[in-house]
Amino acid sequence: MTDDTRSDISLRVNDATYQLAVDNRRTLLDALRDDLSLTGTKKGCDHGQCGACTVLLDGDRVVSCLTLAVVADGADVTTIEGLAGGGELRPIQEAFIRLDGFQCGFCTPGQICSAVGMLAEHAAGWPSAVTRDDSPERTPELSEEEVRERMSGNLCRCGAYPSIVRAILETSVREAVSK
Amino acid sequence: MREFAYQRTTQIRDALSSVARHDGARFLAGGTNLVDLMKAGVESPARLVDIRSLALGGISESPDGGLVLGATATNSAVAADPLVRRRYPALSQAILAGASGQLRNMATVGGNLLQRTRCAYFADPSEPCNKRAPGSGCSALGGAHHNHAILGWTEHCVATHPSDMAVPLTAFDAVVRYETLDGPGEVPLSEFYLPVGDRPDRETALPDRALITAVVVPAAEVAGKSRYRKVRERASYAFATVSVAAALDVQDGVVRDVRLALGGVASRPWRARLAESALRGGPVTAERISAAADLEVAAAEPLRDNGYKVTLARNLIEAVLTDLAASSGAASGGAAGNGAAGAGEESDG
Repeated sequence: MTDDTRSDISLRVNDATYQLAVDNRRTLLDALRDDLSLTGTKKGCDHGQCGACTVLLDGDRVVSCLTLAVVADGADVTTIEGLAGGGELRPIQEAFIRLDGFQCGFCTPGQICSAVGMLAEHAAGWPSAVTRDDSPERTPELSEEEVRERMSGNLCRCGAYPSIVRAILETSVREAVSK
Repeated sequence: MREFAYQRTTQIRDALSSVARHDGARFLAGGTNLVDLMKAGVESPARLVDIRSLALGGISESPDGGLVLGATATNSAVAADPLVRRRYPALSQAILAGASGQLRNMATVGGNLLQRTRCAYFADPSEPCNKRAPGSGCSALGGAHHNHAILGWTEHCVATHPSDMAVPLTAFDAVVRYETLDGPGEVPLSEFYLPVGDRPDRETALPDRALITAVVVPAAEVAGKSRYRKVRERASYAFATVSVAAALDVQDGVVRDVRLALGGVASRPWRARLAESALRGGPVTAERISAAADLEVAAAEPLRDNGYKVTLARNLIEAVLTDLAASSGAASGGAAGNGAAGAGEESDG
């Protein structure tokens, strides 16, 4: 049981491909931070309860602390480092800065990755637990209540929630206008 | 965490034979519960057989107009599915009431059914727990158990099943389909979770090393008018203290069909058959709804610190049925609109 407890994997992270030999116990979170030195993704609780380690896996937001690196073999991973392209911040990043969507900043990479995934889910018409009219024919309006519910997997111990919600709502409106 | 081998399979047969061949092998799907328990040292598989590449992720209509939920369909996919939302709204609502957006993107139908209790003693290998270490005792019985069972428990274990999804599935008579090396089989969800008895470590009727392939939900007109309501200790992202899945079909003021199941009260989703029988075939009135709720919780045996759940379950049954009766426009005797009061500290309506 020595060889089959390790795996050679290929991760495509922020459009770059990496070949890694990992212990099967390695989480995607630890592989990103310790093997690839992409330390933007943060380790909070390491139990899937705080959302600080949120990344996009093939476009879907997931917690990287409960995702084994070997499970992500062959997948596309986007971390906070990969959101800004060519030195240009994404609108959601710019909105977090302008509207004070953070205090200490530890949860921020997870908040922003989660928001990107959440806005895509909303655009796809997914309902949430607070969606009043959950008929499949309607895309629910993104209210403050909706944002708070959809972002409940991301904790902020500084309590920057009001500004986080504002930043996400503003980004959502801008994206809708630019379409 | 113990070292383990990992393999990805694309054929059900390969997955089954691998788990049969290797002692201590386990199937891995979303991993949201299993990987966490491995970190805690509660689970220590020698091999993980990744089943997410099997062709089991579909959500489709069955020939009789019901639903077939593939075992590896994600919670997110099921909750957003138009067929689920239209015909079984309580199922979509229950899934959305559980976990977080990130976890729902990872968690699967089969894994949801097989997730373990969130009893804190189960998750802590330094504490006695009959579910984790048979014969070691139950720490929750005389310990911190305010969120534990009020129905169906024994002195060997007082833990609850944490699933939201399984509650409406139980109300809708879902059937679990599985595959083994000897062929396929199925078991109704109502018989899937074993009574606690004296072996709480034995949780399901699933044969050893079987793989859940799908959950089949029969066609049921009543399910189109269904609702899931969950009470928890914060507004979102928390397990239920008590939850209710209910469906009500009223015609000419008479209950033609009713389905009712409770979450957070027992080692399995609790089908409230006593309340259903009391209501079915009779007029829908506030008095009858109230009596049915009383009847269902009459058998409850609260622990030292969770008597509040008896009141909560009773009031929640009454409130949800009253809402459903009102929205069907068929309530009489003052049922509409006033029974929702007193559902306790509800934080997520």
